Amino acid sequence: MIQPIVFVVVTIAAFGLAFVQYRRIRRNVLLGQDEAIGGPKSRRWRNMLLVAFGQKKMFKNWIPAIFHLFIYVAFLLTQIELIEILVDGVTGHHRIFAEPLGGFYTFLISFIEILSLLAFVATLVFLARRNLLKVPRFHKPEMKGWPFTDANLILYGEILLIIGIFSMNGADKVLQSLGAEGYHPTGDFAVSSWLGPALFGGLETGTLMVIERFGWWLHVLVVYAFLNYLPISKHLHILLAFPNTWFARLTPRGQMKNMPEIQKEVAAMMNPEAAASSTEPQEETMPLFGAGDVFHLSWRELLAAYTCTECGRCTAECPANITGKKLSPRKIMMDVRDRLEEVSKNIDSKDPKCFPENPQTPLPNRLGYDDGKSLFDYISREEIHACTTCNACVEACPVLINPLDIILQLRRYEILVESSGPSDWLPLFNSLENSQSAWAMSSPRDAWNQ
Amino acid sequence: MNRIPTMAELAAEGRQPEVLFWVGCAGSFDDRAQRVTRAFAELLQNAGVDFAILGQEESCTGDPARRAGNEFLFQMLAQQNVAVLNMYGVKKIVTACPHCFNTLKNEYPVLGGNYEVVHHTQFLLQLLKEGRLKVEGGSFRGKKITYHDSCYLGRVNGEYEAPRALLEALDADLVEMKRCRTKGLCCGAGGAQMWKEDEPGDKRINVERAEEALETGAAVVASNCPFCLTMISDGVKAKDKQDEVLVYDLAELILNSK
Repeated sequence: MIQPIVFVVVTIAAFGLAFVQYRRIRRNVLLGQDEAIGGPKSRRWRNMLLVAFGQKKMFKNWIPAIFHLFIYVAFLLTQIELIEILVDGVTGHHRIFAEPLGGFYTFLISFIEILSLLAFVATLVFLARRNLLKVPRFHKPEMKGWPFTDANLILYGEILLIIGIFSMNGADKVLQSLGAEGYHPTGDFAVSSWLGPALFGGLETGTLMVIERFGWWLHVLVVYAFLNYLPISKHLHILLAFPNTWFARLTPRGQMKNMPEIQKEVAAMMNPEAAASSTEPQEETMPLFGAGDVFHLSWRELLAAYTCTECGRCTAECPANITGKKLSPRKIMMDVRDRLEEVSKNIDSKDPKCFPENPQTPLPNRLGYDDGKSLFDYISREEIHACTTCNACVEACPVLINPLDIILQLRRYEILVESSGPSDWLPLFNSLENSQSAWAMSSPRDAWNQ
Repeated sequence: MNRIPTMAELAAEGRQPEVLFWVGCAGSFDDRAQRVTRAFAELLQNAGVDFAILGQEESCTGDPARRAGNEFLFQMLAQQNVAVLNMYGVKKIVTACPHCFNTLKNEYPVLGGNYEVVHHTQFLLQLLKEGRLKVEGGSFRGKKITYHDSCYLGRVNGEYEAPRALLEALDADLVEMKRCRTKGLCCGAGGAQMWKEDEPGDKRINVERAEEALETGAAVVASNCPFCLTMISDGVKAKDKQDEVLVYDLAELILNSK
């Protein structure tokens, strides 16, 4: 009788805590600017099914893609077994699907077991790759400390999960063969029907039952721990890859977001008469001139920051990073998330220092938040100035994150709000303004056409 | 190359050409890129294409200003260009610069500028297919040529095949660099980098790319962008290989194949 009570209490606590955490993340994402979703739903479904569910972009590189697929499919299918565990936990009814599904149940669990075994191998490969092989993208400066630990922790967690599954099924198989009460025959599972006897053969029924419950609890507790660990970890991608690919912008890659306020102002400047007779109401709010803080980014970009799993495929392809510049597109995403988390903590603690009577932020935000910091306390000028806008990072991301959009908005902020930016660009701007060409030349534009 | 009429001149005669050749700042002012401009114009004339240029009525598309973050400047240039293009009723534009190509194609529609925009490699391929342009292939037959994907034609606009098809028409032996197509390495000029010094680092991007091109053992590096042309040429020069390895635009290769 004790088990169901403990189980229900633990389950409610785990889901309750998770609810609070995920609600906070949702709130944080919505601190960003409104942006219409836009584009046909059919293309969004296609993106989500192919890129998130089908992992299409992972397969640019086959070897990691296959190992990642093992872990991913095992994760997806194990959820079926998790449903059973939940039912067992509450009602005490062991393996509820076994009887109604019959032979299919044996097949299903066998399938999950094979995938779990493959996932186990993949996990070991990934641990080796991160810690022994020294793949460069895992050892960039931004990966020092927590990000590196975070990556290993989840892999250790996976090993625990798999140990849980096989102790549970293995001990169960041995108990079945001993004819223990409550352990109905389920047919031969692909792995535990030989692994069980090999590990636990010859043990007493009581011991076996303890091992079976140990595996069961281990599995369910690790799952609950995962659920609550995700919000502080890069592994949130297992959930957010789906909405992120669905919400990804469908506009052409080469199209920077238009700034209608500036478009209108320039149009009025070029044609003052038409502007004067215009009956359009004047904008009340101050328009956004690029992004200096998380509030100025779109909610899409904040969602992307939480989705980033820090794999570094973007950074590995970035020409600036490859040639030793400070820019790393992955770091841009990590910085946006870190800054957002900082803002989130201050909002939650209602720190009065962050809500002064007269906020001094150059661009307003609707909360009146001002802690004297901005995204530029995380991202240096040198980083955003190194970008060639080549789109290699955009192409590389397996979950359709676009770090370039953020870099370009930071550049806009620099020029439009701070009137700063690289001094090298001043001659370019002057020439464009005075002679409408990128270089100031004394000869006419069509001198070549003689 | 014969002198090319301007849109204004044709309009005065009440004529409108089949296509507008958008030259761009590099193609207009940069010595090296001017040679590409002339080569492409000569090919168009050989093929009997009815085309014109804007001449002094053309302005920078605004691409470097926009990517540097200067939206005001971009809007000024872009709106002025859209006004000129719409005044002449332009329907189709061809350009030898992938940055102009991208901005005209993807960023002007929002500002009321809707045109069919093609890159010169796409246009040349079309002429070739229609039989309006002949490639003899003589001088490049069997020659090892490597092709550098520009970011704004390749990754940004998804065109990887037209330039390669032109090389195939030359009967050249195309040898790919390790990083090509979607993984092609940038030359280092985009995002207004052309106009500024590099940020501190270990190496210049164009040198990294030139080294990769040299590794292929190709005698010619083919490019489709005036900025890539400059960057890769400088990179090859930095490796002191400018006498052995030549960097050309595809239009020049086609013109010189005879």
